[in-house]
Amino acid sequence: MKSFTYSRATSVADAAKTAASTQGARFIAGGTNLLDLMKLQIETPTHLIDVNHLGLDRIEPTPEGGLRIGALVRNTDLAADKVVRRDYGVLSRALLAGASGQLRNKATTAGNLLQRARCPYFYDTNMPCNKRKPGSGCGAIGGISRSLAILGVSDACIAQHPSDMAVAMRLLDAQVDTVGADGVARAIPIVDFHMLPGDTPHVETALKSGEIITSVTLPKPIGGTHVYRKVRDRASYAFALVSVAAVFGKDGGSRFALGGIGAKPWRTPAADAAASSGAKAVAEAALNGARTTHHNDFKKTLVERTLASLYRHKEARS
Amino acid sequence: MKFDTPAITNPIDKGRVIGVAHDRIDGPAKVTGSAPYAYERHDAAPNAAYGWIVGSAIAKGTIAAMDLRAAEAAPGVLGIVTHANAGKLGKGNYNTAPLLGGPAIKHYDQALALVIANTFENARAAAKLVRIDYAPQDGKFDLAAEQDNAVKPPDGGFSGAADSAVGDFDGAFAKAAVRIDQRYTTPDHSHAMLEPHATTAAWNGEKLTLWTANQMIAWSVGEVAKTLGIPKANVRLVSPYIGGGFGAKLFLRADALLAALGAKQIGRPVKVAIARSQIPNNTTHRPATIQRIRIGADKNGVIDAIGHEVWSGDLPGGGTETAAMQTRLLYGGAHRMTAHRLATLDLPEGNAMRAPGEAVGLLALEVAMDELAEACGVDPVELRIRNDVQYDPEAGAQRPYSSRKLVECLRAGADRFGWSKRNAKPGKVRDGRWLVGMGVASAFRNNLVGKSGARIGVDATGKVIVETDMTDIGTGSYTIIGQTAAEMLGVSLDDIIVRLGDSRFPASAGSGGQWGANSSTAGVYAAAMALRAKLAEKAGYPIDQAQFDDGLVKMGNQSQTLAALAGSEGLWAQDSIEFGDLDKRYVQATFGAHFCEVGVDIDTAEVRIRRMGGAFAAGRILNPKSARSQVIGAMTMGAGSALMEALEVDTRFGLFINHDMAEYAVPVHADIPEQDVLFIDELDDKSSPMKAKGVGELGICGAGAAVANAIYNATGLRLRDYPLTIDKLLKAQMS
Repeated sequence: MKSFTYSRATSVADAAKTAASTQGARFIAGGTNLLDLMKLQIETPTHLIDVNHLGLDRIEPTPEGGLRIGALVRNTDLAADKVVRRDYGVLSRALLAGASGQLRNKATTAGNLLQRARCPYFYDTNMPCNKRKPGSGCGAIGGISRSLAILGVSDACIAQHPSDMAVAMRLLDAQVDTVGADGVARAIPIVDFHMLPGDTPHVETALKSGEIITSVTLPKPIGGTHVYRKVRDRASYAFALVSVAAVFGKDGGSRFALGGIGAKPWRTPAADAAASSGAKAVAEAALNGARTTHHNDFKKTLVERTLASLYRHKEARS
Repeated sequence: MKFDTPAITNPIDKGRVIGVAHDRIDGPAKVTGSAPYAYERHDAAPNAAYGWIVGSAIAKGTIAAMDLRAAEAAPGVLGIVTHANAGKLGKGNYNTAPLLGGPAIKHYDQALALVIANTFENARAAAKLVRIDYAPQDGKFDLAAEQDNAVKPPDGGFSGAADSAVGDFDGAFAKAAVRIDQRYTTPDHSHAMLEPHATTAAWNGEKLTLWTANQMIAWSVGEVAKTLGIPKANVRLVSPYIGGGFGAKLFLRADALLAALGAKQIGRPVKVAIARSQIPNNTTHRPATIQRIRIGADKNGVIDAIGHEVWSGDLPGGGTETAAMQTRLLYGGAHRMTAHRLATLDLPEGNAMRAPGEAVGLLALEVAMDELAEACGVDPVELRIRNDVQYDPEAGAQRPYSSRKLVECLRAGADRFGWSKRNAKPGKVRDGRWLVGMGVASAFRNNLVGKSGARIGVDATGKVIVETDMTDIGTGSYTIIGQTAAEMLGVSLDDIIVRLGDSRFPASAGSGGQWGANSSTAGVYAAAMALRAKLAEKAGYPIDQAQFDDGLVKMGNQSQTLAALAGSEGLWAQDSIEFGDLDKRYVQATFGAHFCEVGVDIDTAEVRIRRMGGAFAAGRILNPKSARSQVIGAMTMGAGSALMEALEVDTRFGLFINHDMAEYAVPVHADIPEQDVLFIDELDDKSSPMKAKGVGELGICGAGAAVANAIYNATGLRLRDYPLTIDKLLKAQMS
């Protein structure tokens, strides 16, 4: 870990301004990802701005009938919130499928959206990785890629987005509320929040320099049966090989978002539109454009099978 | 004490303390954090500086140039050890590659420098500033690609002979009514023990003390002395508490050597832990195998020909994974062959991991037996019973087993598990979204014994003190050694003080190969017999009339307390157990039967273990509570090897790429719902005066095969390449 300075932000505007004006500054919230990366010198901030004391830890209804989730709400608290459990069950279930109890106690809503890739080549600083060191190449392409992405990938990067929570947020059409260095607030639809790697896999979100997430807002509840199904190599404490967030509506209208297979949480209008045609049609639509390696081509089958399981077995939905 | 004739009735047979379930006597110290581990010896070396290892970024080649200037100038840096300033170093007998590399580089993450600083963080940060220019060379990293280049390794060491042959295997196999001929593969495994390799080192003049995490104190004293070129008398190892080993800590590793070199360089104690992400590539691992098994049997499943060939790889000068060894012994058959072949690979060095040989050999053999059972239409439990043999099938009836209760284990285990409810037809049992299946496998692990010493004394208060360099790697050594002493001297376990893991104590067998419990308690038995003689003599009682009970030495109506006999000086005795040729005249081994029930998701192919159960015969069970812990821990490790554990080789860069605990998956609690362990009564009088055998590794042997066989029974999918992950199941299903 390189030496760094530390300050506590006194307000959101102060945090954003300090971040924009300090070279190498990073926000720190739960620290469950950033601190690990700093120890490995994958992240080398010169200054940490602690945003834990800004009062961004409330969950409150919006005038539109939705829910505003403070950026600093811990994953454990969000998953246990009564309104979330009643109206946004898929979010609660996705959260509880992620990490471990100890990590969820620390990890925050905004931090979860910002967590970085879990590709082993990203983690080994001796290996090439365009995300960690732009221009160095991608070790995973042609390497060990069983866990990596098949959608939204590029010649520069095939890392998958590791979050469970973000998949549910994507399904629910959340918006990410921010304040910029200039003090101006904006709302970013979650579909636009995470960037595809393209030629610049190190650019992971739409956030501008200094811009800070203040909350995540969910639109009003959509009803239906909420499901999050995560398929992984062990029963707990592992990243998804494939995950499916779904809401099955009473009127036959359903929606789907996929985790573990995309460079970002993956949802397509075509997949939602195919809902009434069954799992195979949904999978085909969702997987359009998939690019696989001989290690991870099974994920296409697994997406279809996981969807089929959700369609077939009612008990698997809860 | 020489042990060269079978044991007769002795004080251990009382079974007052031995054989009774006891909590660990070291438990309170561990759960209160007062048991000092190697990296936490603030008591012994309060001013220790911190070392951080710089590992090689390439797999093979040489250091072209090394620039230390930036690191040396970094905050808090006190020194840097490299090959250029470490002086001439020897290489230990048990190391394949030098622990400090350079200029030649033998494997990825081989230590090339130790950066020492005043804080851990400064050492780690400065280590990143060490600049190394490499001249890489091409290496060989792909076992399958090197299979045809593998050679017959030299006989000897732990491996015994590389090959064996009895009768006419080829002829008998060709003529057999039923033939199984299959290829199996197992990947490289990482020990993944909780505590990393760690050492605190301090010099006092020419004398070196290493507070270290090491399973084998006496071996490693010799290895340190040889590597540093100093007399053994100048080396002290202290290793009272060890956070797991599984074979990872059998040997001297880079933490201990570099801590010693660093402490010498800066004239101050230095401590070094190998970082979690460095462990898979810097240290040892269980090597991958390719295995071919051929079994020829009659229509009833009685084996006539059995052959097992194994290919593994290692660095030049390294050893084989002896995965065919159990096939020489486990089942009958007149015509037999085994062969081990060794390829040269430039991956990190392979070495022992829990039940080396058997753990992965049985992943193949016990699936092959399942395949034979199905081919013959014989129940897999019955098939194993039909092929039981009460003597070494290679040597013949003149070399019987000292005791062999495989059949009893199979029968009792099957009853207890409810094996009769299994549907022999695969893919027929459904429970909601799950396909359900049951599998069985035999457990087999040799019983190894080794010379082991101890000293034992009584102090003026009547407390009994035992000292031996035996280690407790989480296994429960403290407790069984205490139980042995308590039994022998007729005192309660509360009156025993056990001190372990210090090279100043008599040399023991150490912890490895499941030889530790039986050998080390037998050493304590020997010392205690000597102390009993001294106490009786002091009491004036003939030894054959003296009784040791309730803290007293008694004869008839007379008695004297141990405290009084010990006097203010205390009374001590020391001895070793030395084993004769009973393990040559008799095969000594431990047996068991594993049963497993799995569910396989009908759509996603997720495998979830629903139940594991087993029956085991391992001689006298010294402490049923800690023995059970050993077995269920090993069963868990077996489940890991079946379902998830694999070091992934990147054959382009020559490393294990998934080198942390996020990417190298071991089972978590949610993977292991219920485990049942039954010990079958057994006393082995040829094994030691304790009549015990090893049990620490038996539980992993066959456990993974029972899982694999259960998956087959659930799905009809026969997978032979471990681990049996979702991707492989889906592909098998579609093909």
